[in-house]
Amino acid sequence: MGIVSPGFQGRPRSAEPALPAGQYLTQDFPVLSAGPTPRVSLDTWEFVISTEGGVEYRWSWDELRGLPQDTPTVDIHCVTRWSKLGTSWQGVSLDTLLEGIGTAAHYAQAHSYGGYTTNLPLADLRGGRAWVAHTYDGAPLPAEHGGPARLLVPHLYFWKSAKWVRGIRLTTTDQPGFWETAGYHDYGDPWREQRYQGD
Amino acid sequence: MTDMSYLDGNMLDGPLRELFAVDLSTATGRCEHCGMIGPMAALQVYPHAPGLVGRCPNCAGVMLRLVRSPDRAWLDLRGVTYLQVPMPLDQPHPRPL
Repeated sequence: MGIVSPGFQGRPRSAEPALPAGQYLTQDFPVLSAGPTPRVSLDTWEFVISTEGGVEYRWSWDELRGLPQDTPTVDIHCVTRWSKLGTSWQGVSLDTLLEGIGTAAHYAQAHSYGGYTTNLPLADLRGGRAWVAHTYDGAPLPAEHGGPARLLVPHLYFWKSAKWVRGIRLTTTDQPGFWETAGYHDYGDPWREQRYQGD
Repeated sequence: MTDMSYLDGNMLDGPLRELFAVDLSTATGRCEHCGMIGPMAALQVYPHAPGLVGRCPNCAGVMLRLVRSPDRAWLDLRGVTYLQVPMPLDQPHPRPL
């Protein structure tokens, strides 16, 4: 590698590094899957938020699509070390879905068609940082990437962005999910490289 | 639907050899979910994930999770009621005195 003068080429360097420690950049979109891909009909699809008191709030596919839509463009970081920058999505903010739901819960556990679960603090679903996403790169989210809809929580490692999401349980105690009970970190902040328990 | 995204349980041989002296790919396991008894080598193992996930070939329930970090491993066998491991034939037990 020769001497390169940063003053004459490329975009200006930002103050923030583009990638968290231990990650590499990928241009494709790797498919990770811990089981068979569920095929969910839009006619029967539903999204359910249940509170710690047992109250359930349900949305059908048409109801979800009828809510205000966001179009986040975000960087995503998989714990298997690939990162993908500037991904474009469409979906409904969890702020919209949680609006008007009375809860004293501090924790959330997302659950999916197919049985997958993952946990995160409820605060991480608020503040414009989490969505139920149904469109990727301008097209319906393919089943192998979690369609009809997946959770999108890009500030945490991507295993927290549950594919085929079916609902969220609001809980007063932390309920570790599929990978969190098998060695992975309970929170999973890529910028603090919280991959495994104890990191 | 044919799902080609998994491998058979024989692929667990190497990863589990790191943990156990016995060859678990020759073991028989009972699925906690459906009760099916069969060779661990018949599990459907999904390797394109943050860990290895072994599912029952009958009910697709998760029988095994193996997560490997650079310096630790986690083995979750809560989906296995028991493992039956072939053992070398023992000497005849002495009779009670």
